[in-house]
Amino acid sequence: MKAHLTRRYRFSASHRLHSAEMSAEENRATYGKCNNPHGHGHNYALEVTVSGPVDQSTGMVCNLVELDTFVEKEVLSRYHLENLNTLQEFAQLVPTTENLSVEIFEILQRGFRPAHLERVRLEETMMNSFEYAGAAEPRK
Amino acid sequence: MVYLTRKAEFSASHYYHNPDFTPEENRCIFGKCNNPHGHGHNYTLEVTVKGEVDPRSGFVVDLKQLKEVMHHEVLDAMDHRFLNKEVPEFFTRIPTTENLAIAVWQRLETKLQKARLHRVRVYETPDLFVDFYGEP
Repeated sequence: MKAHLTRRYRFSASHRLHSAEMSAEENRATYGKCNNPHGHGHNYALEVTVSGPVDQSTGMVCNLVELDTFVEKEVLSRYHLENLNTLQEFAQLVPTTENLSVEIFEILQRGFRPAHLERVRLEETMMNSFEYAGAAEPRK
Repeated sequence: MVYLTRKAEFSASHYYHNPDFTPEENRCIFGKCNNPHGHGHNYTLEVTVKGEVDPRSGFVVDLKQLKEVMHHEVLDAMDHRFLNKEVPEFFTRIPTTENLAIAVWQRLETKLQKARLHRVRVYETPDLFVDFYGEP
């Protein structure tokens, strides 16, 4: 039987929202305080959902240690306590939480094999969160 | 279609062990969860049902009935129990969060009167949960 497993992680990072395609005034109008050139930070909470048949011999969709190890190595160690704007993927891309959600989804989709990736959900603060499921609609 | 979710909490202990594996395989696959004396969690259960709103009552489901079924079928059986030894499903199945979500679905599915079960979500900790939608 197919089940969905969700694991929650945390990391902290700073960013500045600024688009090279906009004038200084347009950047300020679009991003407000987030356009502060010195940047600012968030405690992000990341939820990764994977799915698959429950293995009868282990009772698991996938071994949690494998998921934790992958996320730690490929996602958390990449973003935790970093300035997102200094990273290669955000050299041309504004590090909004929308774009960060897509980046994290793609990292997982490229490299995580033990179960099917369903979606990532990223909380930037307790007040806002973002979900991305690739071509699919996030399941409720 | 309206979706309604009812929450409940229960505490239980369990351990992970497959008698077909060697002791070493069990330790390797299940790690600390293989401790035969068990360990415990405060589980949170969310049951989501769906249906059309009854024009007379304004309800999708009688919440009292849903609450009673959840109490009778799940909490009475699992709260403050050692899942491996006291809940029949887990005499043969490993009481992982995945299998727990499936067992809760199976216990509720036939007992709900008007509501259609949409999702069973079981939180083992605030950082780990499983959703089961009744899919084969």
